[in-house]
Amino acid sequence: MSRQARTMLFLVGAVGLGVLVLWAYAGLPDFGHYKGPYGDILNAVSVPERNITDVVTAVNFDYRGFDTLGEEFILFAAVIGVAILLRAQRDEEEREATEFAFGRSAPRTSDAVRVVAITLVGPTVVTGLYIVAHGHLTPGGGFQGGVVLATALVLVYLAGEYVFLRRTAPLSLVEVCEAIGGGGFAVIGLAGLVAGLAYMENVFPLGEVGRLNSAGTVPLINLSVGLEVAAGFVLILVEFLEQTLMVRLKERT
Amino acid sequence: MSFYPFVVAAWLLLIGLYGVVTSRNLIHLIVCMQVVQASTYVLLLSIGFRHDAVPPVFAEVPVGTPAVDPVVQALALTDVVVGATVSALLFALAVQVHKRSHTLDPARLSGLRG
Repeated sequence: MSRQARTMLFLVGAVGLGVLVLWAYAGLPDFGHYKGPYGDILNAVSVPERNITDVVTAVNFDYRGFDTLGEEFILFAAVIGVAILLRAQRDEEEREATEFAFGRSAPRTSDAVRVVAITLVGPTVVTGLYIVAHGHLTPGGGFQGGVVLATALVLVYLAGEYVFLRRTAPLSLVEVCEAIGGGGFAVIGLAGLVAGLAYMENVFPLGEVGRLNSAGTVPLINLSVGLEVAAGFVLILVEFLEQTLMVRLKERT
Repeated sequence: MSFYPFVVAAWLLLIGLYGVVTSRNLIHLIVCMQVVQASTYVLLLSIGFRHDAVPPVFAEVPVGTPAVDPVVQALALTDVVVGATVSALLFALAVQVHKRSHTLDPARLSGLRG
């Protein structure tokens, strides 16, 4: 089918889809007039029942914790998928890439970029840990904080060379972190079973509202998820960088 | 005006699909898929929105203050995480496609090779 014919076919279908979608959306409650009831129930019970002031975290890691476990393993599976896809042909890639990059010298990182990146590493690590640790109190949590922590390692890469990133975060260590983070969530869930209740039941002491050590299992799950997300994104980053930077590494050594 | 965010969601869905259909580059195609996914963020968050309400965080406001729906926000979080990782997986596939057939144009990827 030619490009024009395909586009025309799509446009006809898109008009139909657009009408149906808008028709369906018109049946929703008006924007700004949320009717509930689930959100309102959760907003009302999250603090008295679980001592969690950030209700989004309460939904993700407590009331709907089992779903989030599945979501976490989607992330885990995707990271493994990226590693497998980009690892299989590595030696072949190295030979090919050398040919492509023949006679091309690697550009140096500018000093301005290095200074800014190195200055930001510390604050980024602190911000990431803060967001992970306060997930049950204020907006944040393992997923958001984990991504910020991974950014810190991107800054390490920007501030120096790829080898610095590998030295700061050795691949074997990152892989172990990824596994501990992924498995930790599932293991914390077992505490409920040990206590004779359901899997993922929040059985740890709930502490005092607004304290860092409150909300039972939720901060522990946040730490575990934060570790996994940070390690996962660093692994993805390393796999993609290896695809393009192996050449530079080989020329240096 | 109360319907406007839903129109934005529908527009993002359709324009993203248009990009996917007409794309001549797999990287561009993956970004278009992210645009389609962005429409789900807009839709989820606009369903749970409530005028004159606070975010569903009761660290500084008393419980019982009218707040927006936390459930759709939690779903949007799931959505973002899954979107990011699936995109990474697709980019890895695009790298492999380029390595094997030396092109990123979907129209020039004809036939399967074993």
